[in-house]
Amino acid sequence: MSATISVRDLRKSYGSLAAVDGITFDVQPGEFFAILGPNGAGKTTTLEILEGLRKADGGEVSVLGQRPWPRNPALLPRIGVQLQASSFFERLSAREQIRTFASLYGVGARRADEMLGVVGLTEQAEVRAEKLSGGQAQRLSIACALVHDPELVFLDEPTGALDPQARRNLWDLLRQINADGRTVVLTTHHMDEAETLCDRVAIMDRGAILRAGAPATLVRGLDSPVRISIESGLLDTAQARALVAQAGGSAEDVSDDGVSLTIATRGPAVVLAGLADRGALAGLRVQGATLEDVFLQLTGREYRA
Amino acid sequence: MSPDRTRVGATVPASTRAANLRALRSLSRAMFSGFVRDRSALIFTILIPVLFLVLFGSIYKSSSAPKVSVLEVGKVRLLDQAEAAAPGQLGKVLAVTDSASLAAALGDVRKGSYDAAVQQQGNTLVVHYSIASQTTAGVVQAVFSSIVQQADQAAAGRSGGYALSTRQVEDKSLKPIQYLAPGLLGWAIASGAAFGAAITLVGWRENKLLRRLRLAPVSTGSVVLARVGISLIVAMVQLAVFLAIATTPYFGLKLTASWWMAIPIVACGTLAFMSIGLLVGSFAKTQQAATSIANLIILPMAFLGGAFIPLDYAPAWIREVSYAMPLRYLVTGMQAVMARGEGPAAALPAIGILLGLAAVLTLISLRVFRWDDV
Repeated sequence: MSATISVRDLRKSYGSLAAVDGITFDVQPGEFFAILGPNGAGKTTTLEILEGLRKADGGEVSVLGQRPWPRNPALLPRIGVQLQASSFFERLSAREQIRTFASLYGVGARRADEMLGVVGLTEQAEVRAEKLSGGQAQRLSIACALVHDPELVFLDEPTGALDPQARRNLWDLLRQINADGRTVVLTTHHMDEAETLCDRVAIMDRGAILRAGAPATLVRGLDSPVRISIESGLLDTAQARALVAQAGGSAEDVSDDGVSLTIATRGPAVVLAGLADRGALAGLRVQGATLEDVFLQLTGREYRA
Repeated sequence: MSPDRTRVGATVPASTRAANLRALRSLSRAMFSGFVRDRSALIFTILIPVLFLVLFGSIYKSSSAPKVSVLEVGKVRLLDQAEAAAPGQLGKVLAVTDSASLAAALGDVRKGSYDAAVQQQGNTLVVHYSIASQTTAGVVQAVFSSIVQQADQAAAGRSGGYALSTRQVEDKSLKPIQYLAPGLLGWAIASGAAFGAAITLVGWRENKLLRRLRLAPVSTGSVVLARVGISLIVAMVQLAVFLAIATTPYFGLKLTASWWMAIPIVACGTLAFMSIGLLVGSFAKTQQAATSIANLIILPMAFLGGAFIPLDYAPAWIREVSYAMPLRYLVTGMQAVMARGEGPAAALPAIGILLGLAAVLTLISLRVFRWDDV
């Protein structure tokens, strides 16, 4: 089966700034794909070229087997695009918004109302878009992008301005969209979001894709130590160092900030067993490496969204 | 075709046409609901112009020109005699202009350019006047009956005496309401159309709705047509409300035979001013900027184009400048058919000029049009 999206050596510059600097990647059918990176990495520009909103300076782009540029009316009904939460008609209710968008795609009012139910906005159907909360507006925006049942969905920073609770609620919805068999491409600057939701991520920085793959694979490829922390005071430093030595580590792997004692180790089984033997498991936290560590390793910079 | 531009008016198959029609309908409905729910827009496009009409209409209800302007048709000896009898006196109340033919003179009186036309038939002084302004009509009658009386006394029955015959021309000269109503209506339509187009374009660009619509399988034409349709509806409502109020007995607007030609003039004026709004919207970055720029264009034009100040009474330089003001053609076109009693053809120059302007500005707008801010 051929790739849903195929990008080869894509380039786009604004003046002297190379926003996208020769990137290459594929997205497979049914995949949940994230383009991850700090602001200004070139994520949105990449997405806009895929959607057909911008012309690439160079390279090959194929979306569902077709060229998105120039504006390709045959492609448009097959893709769904969610822009920002505020891209609505003025002074229309949630129901009127989605019915209007539905009719632009030749989709009836009943299906539009169903979609409103899918994103959990049936009770807000009469509320004007301006009066919806951030999370509700984002849901409506996603519903409007899905109302014509597209095969491929683009989401640009869908959880950008949401509080943590609303973000998690939205994650469930996004998972469901993908579970229905759609290919989903999202951009995000939240590492945890990409890690939680996506089959594959492309880590992007300064117009280039640094690495692409499944989040777990990327993290594993780091071969970084596991960080085990417990409450301070359960174990003195000497005991902790002895434990680390057993697991094949050195004294520098132990730190205590007065709140938590943290041990970084490549032999977590030995350390955990030792802690259990000593009955020192209160406040236990075990943390593997995250995509942030991957980013740090790739760029030499701390990740700052 | 440059690769960086989407073509706007490509030919489409029938199925796409049906889809575009459907899109047109739903976009129109969305825009219409958005408009009628916008209180400030309703106040701005309907209420304030009507308020102006009521205020100005009441203020100018009984105004009159201080001096009576008279057209002298042929040789009127009685006027010369009156001048000879009291040199300089006549000029204080009458401004006399020679006129070649009676028909032309009556036309001028009818249009309100002059207050009366006078001719002498034997010993009878025939005065054609308009009762448009009753004050002026009274002055005309008083002045001429006194002229005839004086002449009579001077002649002392020598040749059978002089007589005065007054004839009213049709009641078509412009009472204040008859220039105020088309003038203010023209201004209301111009601002409604220009602001509507500019604010929609900039607002939709700002909130990315324009870009969202570009991602839907809808033609640009449907989006534009929907907006044009809404603006036309709004303009027709403005026309209806104005006529309803101005023709009440209190204001006394008398519509002349071809008044219905105001409908196509209003439609073309709407297109012309929408295209001005479109151009403003293509350059302005924010809605506030669009509003300010549109105001800067429309408000001075209302004064210089005869919407607020009737051109007949305006200083000469304003009359000169007015020819460069699109609003002039909207206003004078409506005055001609609604109030001056001219035939349907009188509307054609206005329609032509307004449509031409709309075409030129729309073409320019298409060239500078941007979907996005960046």
